[in-house]
Amino acid sequence: MNFAVKKIRKDFPILSRDIRGKKLIYLDSAATSQKPQQVIDAISTHLSQHNANVHRGVHKLTEEATEAYEASRKKVADFVNAGDSRQIVFVRNATEAINLIAYSWGRKNIKKGDEILLTQMEHHSNLVPWQQLAKETSAKLKFIPVNNDGLLELNRLEDLITPKTKLASFPHVSNVLGTINPVKQMVERIRKENPHIKILIDGAQAVPHMPVSIQHIKADFYAFTGHKMLGPSGIGVLYAKKELLEKMDPFIFGGDMILRVSFDKSSWNFYPWKFEAGTPNIEGAVGLGVAVDYLSSIGMKTIRQHEKELTEYTLKKLSNIENLEIYGPRNAEKRAGVISFNIVKGRKIVIHPHDLVSILDAEGIEARSGRLCAEPLLDIFKAEAAARVSFHVYNTKEEIDALIPAIEKAKKMFKI
Amino acid sequence: MNDSIYREEILEIIVNPQNRGTIQDPDLEATLDNPLCGDEIRLQIKLNGSRIGKARFSGGGCAISLASADLLAQSIEGKRLTQIKKLETSDILKLLGMNPNPARMKCALLSLEVLKNALQG
Repeated sequence: MNFAVKKIRKDFPILSRDIRGKKLIYLDSAATSQKPQQVIDAISTHLSQHNANVHRGVHKLTEEATEAYEASRKKVADFVNAGDSRQIVFVRNATEAINLIAYSWGRKNIKKGDEILLTQMEHHSNLVPWQQLAKETSAKLKFIPVNNDGLLELNRLEDLITPKTKLASFPHVSNVLGTINPVKQMVERIRKENPHIKILIDGAQAVPHMPVSIQHIKADFYAFTGHKMLGPSGIGVLYAKKELLEKMDPFIFGGDMILRVSFDKSSWNFYPWKFEAGTPNIEGAVGLGVAVDYLSSIGMKTIRQHEKELTEYTLKKLSNIENLEIYGPRNAEKRAGVISFNIVKGRKIVIHPHDLVSILDAEGIEARSGRLCAEPLLDIFKAEAAARVSFHVYNTKEEIDALIPAIEKAKKMFKI
Repeated sequence: MNDSIYREEILEIIVNPQNRGTIQDPDLEATLDNPLCGDEIRLQIKLNGSRIGKARFSGGGCAISLASADLLAQSIEGKRLTQIKKLETSDILKLLGMNPNPARMKCALLSLEVLKNALQG
């Protein structure tokens, strides 16, 4: 690996702590990423030197804060090639971004009998809001199936689209299977079949780990979140085409999203501020801007290459463990650094993932267990729950070398 | 973690549970699941007058929830209903001989919750 991962790890203060006396091995970046000192310092500096409310008043401090906030917006826009930075709305997280679309676009545009096309691999954040909307509008949800290899059955795509389909949405990367969906081709095919469909991509697990060019992908909406991309929590991003933002009603109402207010009515501000009511997470936006700088300084192609090598290495090592079932594509080309698995005999899970992950935790290895916010997907794979390891720029092969014996230890304890 | 959660006694219970099974015609029964992780415990009870005659648990779950269910089912057999109704969190933890962290506490207490449901029904 010519990738200077040792140098990068020095930037992440938390990596030098221990967990119950064992060196921390953080393998849960799909849940949230760790933060480099640069991001931590930027937030601290902002709060110590430049803190004021944004978009209000004319004094110097407010100018500095506003400039920092809007500069971050531009950085984020450029990072994902979103074009005009006014097509970037700051929200709290990807979940809120999706809910914003459901409220502001969905309620106005989805009617009784309309269809919303999703996939079987949605995270709850891109399933539950649409369930809710479908219930309220009597619209219908349809799902592109997932096959045993964790890939979407895209040969069904055109069949699932009808003249009644108004919205199609899917993840760029699955948080359970790691599957990288061919989003550009999917968008093209959907538009070819029915050009009026609006397309939303859930990019929460993609943007932090690979180059993403939204203008290339040509989605109408694209959601992602700061805390998974080395930024702080509480700051997320919704990209939406300006023509849509122009027509959409606000999501939350109050200060900053208005132009003029009288006692009985108000007029709305221009986008994106129309969708950013109240005081935003200013230091969060500043931190996200610096996270973008940090990622850019390494390069997303490099990061993807690093994680792909780690994924390949891990898949190989895990497949050498008997009675271990991996979910999702075996080919690291098709997969991001997210690997869910179980200890099974036949099709039965014989070490509950909670127990497995607790034993890993005793070795300082922080992995995830549970339903991974994708209960229906796990049901398809007949798993009540799963264990999951996930990587980021700071993970190493040595950490995987520590993971394997820890899994073997768990197997021994349970006599598997 | 206290490696003690997975100490020999607990693992033995998983391999050889004493009270796992089903009762054909239970007098009391309840099933509960922990939606966070897929643990599901069913408890069935056959009464003997005002005492618990037979208690069996079934279902799937993590080691802590299964061990807790087995130990609980064992301990209530022969006891009066009035006694059982008084069981609470600290009793379960004493039975299990462990103090799980907050994340695993739900697993340990699932069987107690099922028991309380069964006693109501």
